[in-house]
Amino acid sequence: MNGLSYQTQKRIILLCFMSVPLALLALFTFYPAVKLVWMSFTDWDGLEANPTWIGFANFVEVFTNRDLFGVFLNQIPYAVVGIAQNAIAIVFAVILNSKLRGRNGFRVLMFLPFIMNAVAVAFMFQYVFDTTNGSLNILLGAIGLDGLARTSWLGNTSLVNFSLASISMWRFLGYNMVIYLGALQSIPADMYEAAEIDGAGRWQKLARLTLPNLTKIIQLNMFLTLSGALAVFDLPFVLTKGGPAGASETFLFKTINTAFQFNNFGLASAMSVVLLLIVVVVLSLQNLVIGRGGKDA
Amino acid sequence: MSRSVRRDPVQWLKYVVLLFASFIVLFPPYVVVVNAFKRGDEGNDPFALPRSFLNFDNFHVVVERTHLWHSFGNTVYIVALSLVGNVVLGTMMAYCLGRLEFKGKKLVLGAFLFATIVPTITTQVVVFSVIKWMGLYNSLYAPVILFIGADVIQIYIYLQFIRNIPYELDESAMMDGASLWRIYRSIIFPLLGPATATLVILKTINIYNELYIPFLYMPKSELAVVSTSIMRFASNNQAEWGYICAIILLIMIPTVVLYLFLQRFIFSGVTNGAVKG
Repeated sequence: MNGLSYQTQKRIILLCFMSVPLALLALFTFYPAVKLVWMSFTDWDGLEANPTWIGFANFVEVFTNRDLFGVFLNQIPYAVVGIAQNAIAIVFAVILNSKLRGRNGFRVLMFLPFIMNAVAVAFMFQYVFDTTNGSLNILLGAIGLDGLARTSWLGNTSLVNFSLASISMWRFLGYNMVIYLGALQSIPADMYEAAEIDGAGRWQKLARLTLPNLTKIIQLNMFLTLSGALAVFDLPFVLTKGGPAGASETFLFKTINTAFQFNNFGLASAMSVVLLLIVVVVLSLQNLVIGRGGKDA
Repeated sequence: MSRSVRRDPVQWLKYVVLLFASFIVLFPPYVVVVNAFKRGDEGNDPFALPRSFLNFDNFHVVVERTHLWHSFGNTVYIVALSLVGNVVLGTMMAYCLGRLEFKGKKLVLGAFLFATIVPTITTQVVVFSVIKWMGLYNSLYAPVILFIGADVIQIYIYLQFIRNIPYELDESAMMDGASLWRIYRSIIFPLLGPATATLVILKTINIYNELYIPFLYMPKSELAVVSTSIMRFASNNQAEWGYICAIILLIMIPTVVLYLFLQRFIFSGVTNGAVKG
């Protein structure tokens, strides 16, 4: 290539380096997105080559059928637990950012759940939450809480989503903590020294210095929590199959079932489009709030 | 340092909170470890220690019934190929976007930004037919191509790092008459090493955990990966806790061991990956 001018080289490099990634992007992101929108207006069954155009019927179905749009209510516990998870993660990050013997050990331990295989973790908690033999109920019985010890954690319609959300809290708390810890450690130490010289106490430093410096990363994590709660799928899919009586179904779970169990790909496409739009709205809000929209690119 | 640890109640409170958290973290895995070594006749107390930690019966049964080593092989194969694809294509794309000027660059950047917004699983309804059309259904290459093509986080990680490599390096190499390919190969690619490490860590965790893509695209039992094999086994052997604990333990050990050895890199990888946002 040495004999060619840089202009020619650039053309060759651009062509060779970008064609494959762009082809993959077109094939697995853009084509599916366009086709998804198109199919959401049809009665496509996933096989038929020429599905019938049925206008907005699928969307009307999504918004009027309580069984479809209503399942978002099942996802509120994930958002609630997710917010608590962020708050707790900040507490632990602050604790582990202070002078403390063994803090690296605690950090390693608390991050441990995140690197465990997600499916294995799910089944591990199936054992924890089992009504008769589960370790949680036996533990509750052992410490004298007999009333609680017969709880059906995954079989009770009002508890199941909190139980499932707590599994993801167990898995991701340490991860959030490590991210907050990273943000805390990037606050310059001389700011703390200056505050100490000015006579700031522990709580003042926390409220006036630490937390304000975390604002951006807190916002980011809150939005991640929110969009994560919108797209819950794996835990109910693995552990409860949406039960009991549909109480742990999520919108994505419904979408996937509508497509691959009931072969109603048209309706499933409409559901995907709706979910996609909601996620886009959430992300736009995020960019608006955090104000980093244009700076990234 | 002014106050001694002994007299400071806040310091005590910190330890209490941390020990409580440690208990919560360790409680479920403890039950798994203990029960993986128990025979069926060892009673119902999930906390009791097994008669012997040398009783590997459950592990033998599980490995035999699920062909677990084979699933590990499939998983490693998928992870390795996906990583190679991600690193090669990701660095190339980042080189073009981060170093070369060309028409339509904004458009390309916007296209990748769009891809980060679309949650992959929502488009599976259509991607499924694409994979079938490509003839990759029920093949190990279906997840590989999806992990390479449908997830674009590598572009952002590399772009962020490439900006920190001084452009003077490229310029002086050009002065010496190096070709653009050589600049990419001998300067940019090696200097992107830390980004590659970040990427390898994040993607390995993601791919090892991924359940739905292998479940959907590789229903054939010989193509099971770790996630799908535990799912099938646990659904077919409900409440056989000894077996289920054994398979959970077998699946968790490799990543836990890797983690304990590589924790420094994993922490920095996760932090780097997250700050990108």
